[in-house]
Amino acid sequence: MSVTAPEATSAPAPSSVTMTKALNQALRDSLADDDTVLVFGEDVGRLGGVFRVTEGLRAEFGSNRVWDSPLAESGIIGTAIGMAMNGMRPVVEMQFDAYAYPAFEQIVSHVAKMRNRTKGRVSLPITIRIPYAGDIGGVEHHSDSSEVYWTSTPGLTVVTPSNPADAYSLLRESIASDDPVVFMEPKSRYWMKEMLSLPVTTAPMNRAQVIREGTDATLLAYGPTVRTALDSAEAGAEHGLSIEVIDLRTLSPFDDETVSASVRKTSRAAIIHEAAQFGGYGAEVAARLTERNFTHLSAPILRVAGFDVPYPSPKLEEFYLPTVERVLDALESWDWEL
Amino acid sequence: MTIDVPTTGRSLPQLQPISFIGADGRLTDTPTEGLRIPSDATLTGLYRQMVLVRRFEAQVTHLTRQGRLATYPSAAGQEAAEVGATTALAPNDWLFPTYRDSAALLTRGVPVAEILAAFRGDWHCGFDPQEYHASPSATPLATQTLHATGFAMAAKLKGEDAATLTFLGDGASSEGDTHEAFNFASVWQTPTVFVLQNNQYAISTPLREQTNATMLADRAAGYGMPGLRVDGNDVAAVFAAVSAALARGRNGDGPTLIECLTYRMESHTNSDDPTKYRDSEEVEHWKQFDPIDRLEKYLRQSEALDDAKVAEVAEAAETLAASVREAMNQEAEIDPRELFAHVYATPRTALAEQQQVVEAELAAAGRA
Repeated sequence: MSVTAPEATSAPAPSSVTMTKALNQALRDSLADDDTVLVFGEDVGRLGGVFRVTEGLRAEFGSNRVWDSPLAESGIIGTAIGMAMNGMRPVVEMQFDAYAYPAFEQIVSHVAKMRNRTKGRVSLPITIRIPYAGDIGGVEHHSDSSEVYWTSTPGLTVVTPSNPADAYSLLRESIASDDPVVFMEPKSRYWMKEMLSLPVTTAPMNRAQVIREGTDATLLAYGPTVRTALDSAEAGAEHGLSIEVIDLRTLSPFDDETVSASVRKTSRAAIIHEAAQFGGYGAEVAARLTERNFTHLSAPILRVAGFDVPYPSPKLEEFYLPTVERVLDALESWDWEL
Repeated sequence: MTIDVPTTGRSLPQLQPISFIGADGRLTDTPTEGLRIPSDATLTGLYRQMVLVRRFEAQVTHLTRQGRLATYPSAAGQEAAEVGATTALAPNDWLFPTYRDSAALLTRGVPVAEILAAFRGDWHCGFDPQEYHASPSATPLATQTLHATGFAMAAKLKGEDAATLTFLGDGASSEGDTHEAFNFASVWQTPTVFVLQNNQYAISTPLREQTNATMLADRAAGYGMPGLRVDGNDVAAVFAAVSAALARGRNGDGPTLIECLTYRMESHTNSDDPTKYRDSEEVEHWKQFDPIDRLEKYLRQSEALDDAKVAEVAEAAETLAASVREAMNQEAEIDPRELFAHVYATPRTALAEQQQVVEAELAAAGRA
């Protein structure tokens, strides 16, 4: 994908940057640029978060800007609402995906709706960071993919980066947005490295990106499954298939334009996600693409997703997660003569 | 070796509610925790406002029975808590009300048509929160207690001279958000006043099935904040207690919980039948503690009120009722395009496309 440094002359030499480091720098730069930005949540202060995304920020900006809140997710979101009503830009952390569920009511009933209820008189520029998805050997309740709860809630923007550059740029943009953003961080990609000069500005957050060109089929992925899609495209090439890969980057709003253009070119598409298939994000993608591109399609749009079971224990993860083999099986299931 | 035991916030509220003016209109001999009875001038103002909001509640309830409003949760009988607490707020403070706090919004200066827009079905919040320093009324129970806490935290961080007041009920006190708000506010020492209107029923569930606690104000001690139990039908006590709590918050001493003992005279809304869950003797019993009657008796004794003044206030109440009827007789202009106008600050293509559907339907109906 294309990455441009805003000022080439002032940018430091590229170095190896993990997604965690990129997110940390995005928070640091946002705190430095805007006095109204606040960072709080469970263990985000002294410890720097269980994934160290907020490491060093309390020491640098003080405990009035970065602090440890009591352990209570609804309390974190509910108080962030009040702070945002009083002119602040809170960036709060839900420590793990399933730990956001106690805050569900505050997020869907108030964060998402305040602007609408008040006819635009009250904005809530809150960024809710949620480390999500599996493949890290986590115990129960630490590996859920909860994106569809948020994407089916009008009023929320839902963003998920798949690489360090996007992690930095999308988080900066999310914090600056006047809309509330659920910022989903793929845990299994936290330690992914990339040669980067921060700060970087990547594509805007409401745009999907074609990250591998191809002509035979389109693979759609986001967050943790982008790597799976790229590996599948690589494997497909060995079988003579030219696979295009799109990183959705933002799940809501959906970038119909970029995705439809790709599907019209390739005439085949499959979406890959870790969350359970039934009623999942892939169902929406398949329906949208079919509605808009039916006559351009040579095959049904497929979903390669988690099974319709609760996220399993670590020793069963490998049987649950969408793999390259399952993606290739899906591609093989199409009638390629059409 | 001894363990250092912190003792702040350990004292429990007195069992006998704080009260200045008894049901007979005479001064009580109840301990008042160092609070002072408001001046006759202040009490006269509170009397006037209570009469106004009672007439307002009666008028709106009547209009709801006529089908002019979809629903209405009346606070009739709770005027002292609604008016006493809200009047104590300074202009820069913020109010975080629930669905039953229209009387508080009226006291805050929100126009009747804007208060009732939500219940008539015009829009979820009909007023500008920034203009009146009042949050949209929260329907999900107890959620607003956290908003009040967060708002006060931001005020504290910014060094603003502002406090927040939030109302919650005895039913809401069982919700998790109430616990989280009490705890956050106390840990962060925010200038927040929690006014818990214990009106004895959560829809139909009586207090004795809501909690096994002796009293709800006791809960404050568990969070390390002061709790007060107040006769919620004595506006003098409510005003004095809330004023002191607000001053305490502004002084940097943190939040306060005030339990107001009161009674909901009407049904929860027009869609429930209170005769199914309480008997008329109980309602009659509570009528003896009517907040307006007792204050009127008291102020007549001190000669701050006379027949002429009472008549003048009654006339103002009729004028208000007429303005409510007039406001509800006027159909608000609602533009269907507004469905899409306030969902996001950043325009969305999909919403623009969906708006076209409504535009086309309006055009076909000749309403474009």
